[in-house]
Amino acid sequence: MWNFFLLILIYTGIYALMALGQNIITGYGGMLSLTQAGFFAIGSYATAILATRYGWSFWATLPAAALFSAFFGLLIGLPTLRLKGDYLAIATLGFGEIVRNVLNNWDSLTNGPMGIQKIPMITIFGFVVNPYKKYAFLVVLSIAVLVAYLLFQRLARSRMGRALAAVREDEIAAQSMGINITKYKVYAFILGASVAGVAGSFQAAFTLSVSPGTYTFMVSVMVLCMVVLGGMGNFKASILGAFIIQLISYLPQLTGLTAVIPPQFKQILFGLILVIMMIWRPQGLLGREQITYRKKGGKR
Amino acid sequence: MTLLETLDLTRAYGGVVAVNKVNFSVEEGLITGLIGPNGAGKTTLFNNITGLDVPTHGRVIFAGRDITGSPAHKICRMGIARTFQNIRLFKDLTVVENVMIGRHFKTGKSETKGRFLNAFNSYIRLHQEEEEIYERACEWLEFFDMEGMKDELAKNLPYGKQRELEIARALATDPKLLFLDEPAAGMNPQETDHLMTIIRKIRDLDITVVLIEHDMKLVMSICDTITVLNYGQKLAEGTPYEIRRNQDVIEAYLGKEE
Repeated sequence: MWNFFLLILIYTGIYALMALGQNIITGYGGMLSLTQAGFFAIGSYATAILATRYGWSFWATLPAAALFSAFFGLLIGLPTLRLKGDYLAIATLGFGEIVRNVLNNWDSLTNGPMGIQKIPMITIFGFVVNPYKKYAFLVVLSIAVLVAYLLFQRLARSRMGRALAAVREDEIAAQSMGINITKYKVYAFILGASVAGVAGSFQAAFTLSVSPGTYTFMVSVMVLCMVVLGGMGNFKASILGAFIIQLISYLPQLTGLTAVIPPQFKQILFGLILVIMMIWRPQGLLGREQITYRKKGGKR
Repeated sequence: MTLLETLDLTRAYGGVVAVNKVNFSVEEGLITGLIGPNGAGKTTLFNNITGLDVPTHGRVIFAGRDITGSPAHKICRMGIARTFQNIRLFKDLTVVENVMIGRHFKTGKSETKGRFLNAFNSYIRLHQEEEEIYERACEWLEFFDMEGMKDELAKNLPYGKQRELEIARALATDPKLLFLDEPAAGMNPQETDHLMTIIRKIRDLDITVVLIEHDMKLVMSICDTITVLNYGQKLAEGTPYEIRRNQDVIEAYLGKEE
């Protein structure tokens, strides 16, 4: 039971990384993107391939995974800039599916539907972070989430975060205030993609095998749910959302009612949560983060 | 000295010529009015100058530089700020944040070069920079007597204050030239009077003002020079005294006597 709870926490960590990225794209930039699964897959496969074929250590593959995903974030960001709302969602959804199909069919590189097995475990100065002993893995992952959270939080509180908010609120006014909206939209995509790539890297190092079946459209939807549930434009809320959604999706196993509750139940529950949130608390559980500014000497 | 001029500026949407070969010039330090009946092409002219739209023909010269077709954010950085006819505030941000966005590119040595490195710099010395931006934004709010409402959401302000906030936001970019698109629209007489004092105060800061306005009392009392557009063409230009007696202008507004 406790072991199972640790598993949920680990998945919370992995999904929290993705949710942080989704929050910078959707919560701050206001772009409805459904590609996190695609970037997640790219990160996982980057780690899997570099580690098994070329013998790279996990710590070398981690930045590589982030860079690969960031590059694809740039690729998807540039052509879809003109799209908004539903249209952007459909275009980005398509990208996620393309990634999964390529992974499924590029046998020579990805080993097709069989996936890649025997991915080496994370080691820190000779200490092996064995995923079966979940504590060590959880500690490493938590540090990654914390670092990502702090980096994003600082970004959001700087003038760049404010510029992204301006782009979200009104693109024409933002342009007329000297903000290069193209640049900021692409930046948001690149940042969101790279952190999802990092999440993918940890996923590969945790399950020690990757296969295309993991990176379905449902992953992107779950990540979006986490951000909306927690509260758009609030990074703490994204992490909280990730925890709640993970807890709910493992509820049947956690309560030992797998015989009674069918696995599809969680999809019904996600839908229900989103509908209820939209009616009673559209700003999410925690709501958008308000920043308090200070003058020199701490005066308000 | 001429600060801005358009040379034969034309903007056609398919067969409709919204602005037709307009030579519009703005003298530095004066308040220029741009008037004309509805659909005369005033806002289109503004949009073409400020980079939100690209002219079909013709050129825009600002301070001796050809800025035709430059993107809006670059034109803003060169020193042209504007407000909008239908208020375009960042509604879900606070009043002070709206003004702070105007200070966005005012960091680092140059406003156009080395911006990427500048972003890293802003990231590292975050607190110091935010303090500076916040202080400057508060100064602009004081200029408009809006210090007290700085933590309100922009959408909760009364209408007249929203218009003034938009001007404050534009001024925060430290422009040389300020375009106001119908600043008095929807204001009551007291608010219009307040606006007039503010526009004069802005001129006294050495900022050249161009305004589109339908409120003739405002236009005639504060503009130093007026340009009249009708059906996309320039009909007349001159001092308020001249414009008031111009037969073409009277016809355009009131129709011809049979």
